[in-house]
Amino acid sequence: MKVGLFVPCYIDQFFPEVGIATLQLLEKHNCEVIFPNQQTCCGQPMANSGMEQEGKKIYHDLAYLFFSCEYIVAPSPSCVHHIRSHYDIVEQTEEIKHLRKQTFDIVEFLVDVLKIDHLEASFPHRVGLHQSCHGLRGMHLGKPSELMSNIPSKWDKVLKMVNGIDLAMLNRADECCGFGGTFAVAEEAVSVKMGKDRLADHNQNNVEVLTSGDMSCLMHLQGIAKRQKSGPKIVHIANILNGDQL
Amino acid sequence: MSQHSKRADNFIKDEARTDWHDKALWHVREKRDASAEQLPEWELLRETASQIKDNVLSNLDNYLVQFETEAKKNGVIVHWAEDAADHNRIIGEILEKHNARKIVKSKSMLTEECKLNDFLEERDIEIIDTDLGERIIQLRKEPPSHVVLPAIHIKKEEVGELFHQKLGTEKDNSDPTYLTKAARTHLRNKFFEADAAITGVNFGIAETGGVVICTNEGNADMGCHSAPVQIHCMGIEKLLPKAEHLGVFIRLLARSATGQPSTIYTSHYHQPRPGAEMHVVIVDNGRSTHLGKEDFRNSLKCIRCGACMNTCPIYRRSGGHSYHSTIPGPIGAILSPNKNLKEYSDLPFASTLCGSCSNVCPVKIDIHEQLYKWRQEIYKNNELPKSKTIPLKITTKVFENPSVYNSLGKIARGSLRNLPGFMIYNNFNAWGKQRDLPDAPKEGFKQWYKKNRNE
Repeated sequence: MKVGLFVPCYIDQFFPEVGIATLQLLEKHNCEVIFPNQQTCCGQPMANSGMEQEGKKIYHDLAYLFFSCEYIVAPSPSCVHHIRSHYDIVEQTEEIKHLRKQTFDIVEFLVDVLKIDHLEASFPHRVGLHQSCHGLRGMHLGKPSELMSNIPSKWDKVLKMVNGIDLAMLNRADECCGFGGTFAVAEEAVSVKMGKDRLADHNQNNVEVLTSGDMSCLMHLQGIAKRQKSGPKIVHIANILNGDQL
Repeated sequence: MSQHSKRADNFIKDEARTDWHDKALWHVREKRDASAEQLPEWELLRETASQIKDNVLSNLDNYLVQFETEAKKNGVIVHWAEDAADHNRIIGEILEKHNARKIVKSKSMLTEECKLNDFLEERDIEIIDTDLGERIIQLRKEPPSHVVLPAIHIKKEEVGELFHQKLGTEKDNSDPTYLTKAARTHLRNKFFEADAAITGVNFGIAETGGVVICTNEGNADMGCHSAPVQIHCMGIEKLLPKAEHLGVFIRLLARSATGQPSTIYTSHYHQPRPGAEMHVVIVDNGRSTHLGKEDFRNSLKCIRCGACMNTCPIYRRSGGHSYHSTIPGPIGAILSPNKNLKEYSDLPFASTLCGSCSNVCPVKIDIHEQLYKWRQEIYKNNELPKSKTIPLKITTKVFENPSVYNSLGKIARGSLRNLPGFMIYNNFNAWGKQRDLPDAPKEGFKQWYKKNRNE
């Protein structure tokens, strides 16, 4: 199975270990992974600021790069959600249609496409899951607390395959962390307050490691935790699933 | 800084109070969840309500005419107001005809939108808000901070002090039962004296020409039953086709708002009492223009339950007044730009697009998607500040050119201070005020890949 690896810009720049874990996870599950070096970004930073019209070339470039791949996988529900939901403003070429239909978040890909039932991973720690909003409410990787329907959690499913993991319950299961792209700087006070409150919830529930599918949320939470010189360790879910140790 | 972010910044300065505000509203959200969970058909109810409202918006012209015809048959006097000034003028004329000087009003966001109180007070007409929360903020000369809980931003100790000053209650007594009793006595006298009663409308029924008003305090009834003139102010979007549709909305409204199965009072008004007059003022005030905007029209489905405010993590931490518009919170952020894009261009950005608002909405308005779409409109209309557009245009150019991106990354990691704006754009200070930057790795993923996978 030929899988194109999409490593979002900020993961490429700041968190290469997340890209590496995603690549290794795919390889372990017998995917033939290709990584087009010309990739940059999904265009979400511009679009969420109201400038989606400026990102059209980026959309087409990305679609062109991955057209030969059966699937495209990224360690970021947020970017995947953007591609699926907001690439509707450009001409729906075969490349664009293919990209929108075949792009998956890594956890979603493991559960829905590879249909894995076990993982060679152990992580003997108390872990708090931050259910990032785009993955949760945009893609239903978990059950949003607002909805009264039965939506099985894909995050829980894969995390429970990890040996020794102790998943914490939180007081507020799925409140937003306050990152929100440019929101993080445009609404700095609310953004940081939201992040502090999320961290406090994890602390109150004795979380040792805070994980999530979206590194952007984690970057924001990590930034606050580091400044406060307290709080849980921050690890992307791909690293836990890949069996990486602390 | 935008208006919203300035006000939010100010609100959050008192962190203990922010926590109190957040918890108070989160508690309401939890009550909503608990009550929705009890109905296995909850999601079906939402879908049904959404479709009924879609039908209403698509056939609004017919339903409005039908409503007017039926209401007139019942002896109701129907008025049409094109805008807020028209609405106020019509009410002024009705009151003048009856020489009404003392008016009681039950909760109405529409009269708030039209600034009816100011209009009447300028004409020396006393207008008393009779909903307890509304009365509190009226005495404080403040706008409501929430559509259902207008005084949610005020602590009981502050109400105690306010009532001590305005209603003569004991100093330093903030016992809720004591204060509520004092308010009741005060308001009872106002009801007895009233020359006319004004209410908002939760639902107008096209089939019957009746209006339905939901309250917890019975204040709409006390006003309408004691005053010789009753006036109901209704936005054009408040209609339901038939009485049988009410059940769907009554079951959703209070559960979404406060977690109650229904409001304590659900009052149906069809005709005037013998010897009294009943008026309905149907108000457009920009709604028909709004209806013509395909991407945004379905926000007119809103039934003003306030659930999106209770769930919004930004609203809970910035307060209703930070939205500087009649309707605050996520729904206010998509309604207000219809009225004035320039003035409210900051509101669609007062969101992380987390989507919780859309999930709690009982009529399934795609609130967060509309926030996203308003952002695009704001850019198209040149209302985005240059401090935002210029760095983002540069970022776009970088992303369009992989070779530039690839080489800039190395420089950026080497010296984060010179970062070209991949993630943090131009505003380093805002990121770093209370947050650290991530440690710069020696190499990015692309470099690692090249080395380790022999490309």
